[in-house]
Amino acid sequence: MQLNQIREILSARVLWGEDHLDREVLSACGSDFMSDVLAYVKNQALLLTGLVNVQVVRTADMTEMNCIVFVRGKVPSESIIQLAAERGIVVMTSPKRMYEACGLLYSNGLRGDCDGND
Amino acid sequence: METIKLVYPVDGGDLIEAGEASSKMKLTLKRLGLPPDVIRRASICMYEGEINMVIHADGGEAQVEVGMDEITIRMTDTGPGIPDVDQAMKEGFSTAGPTARELGFGAGMGLPNMKRYADELAIETEVGRGTVVTMKLKIPS
Repeated sequence: MQLNQIREILSARVLWGEDHLDREVLSACGSDFMSDVLAYVKNQALLLTGLVNVQVVRTADMTEMNCIVFVRGKVPSESIIQLAAERGIVVMTSPKRMYEACGLLYSNGLRGDCDGND
Repeated sequence: METIKLVYPVDGGDLIEAGEASSKMKLTLKRLGLPPDVIRRASICMYEGEINMVIHADGGEAQVEVGMDEITIRMTDTGPGIPDVDQAMKEGFSTAGPTARELGFGAGMGLPNMKRYADELAIETEVGRGTVVTMKLKIPS
């Protein structure tokens, strides 16, 4: 699924990376626990989170994620957006709550791609 | 390729800034042209180690050696040590405080994640003196 579709489905606003919305993501992970995110590694993934701090960007960077979506209308500070920009990670904010955001993406075909095994 | 040695100090003062050393290592491994999967696993291992060092030990030092067929990450601190390593290795066990949790850590996943992604993990620790965590990752040829 392309990032521009994700923006549409989640009624999201792009905070950085307007020029990279043709990027493809293959799976997604929704969590506020960064160690849970680090335990989940898939190629070209999307991170949905309600946590707003610089470690969210570092976690996405370490796991080579393409995009971070902050849910429930949360907007990170300029320094957080700046770090994401330096790392080439697209940043969006969506008014949807976590459960709804994950459900919408899943029902539109973006799977977690998680087989339940490590 | 000769063995490349890298040293990164980990500042213990600021949990917000934690991850800077891992981020630098990741960029260096990319420049060296290592396979993406190994870079990702090594980055996560070191990042979790760095977070642990800042949460529990007021910082320390990470030494990274990149050889022909293996990356070795050695994280050394002079913190309080780990009284019960078996317990610390269990997913969900944590002694981290509220600040770590606010940042999305402290869920008892750090060491288990390091074990998950490293090919070898060794912990030498002494209560009151510090901890050395050594992780080895094989580089596929």
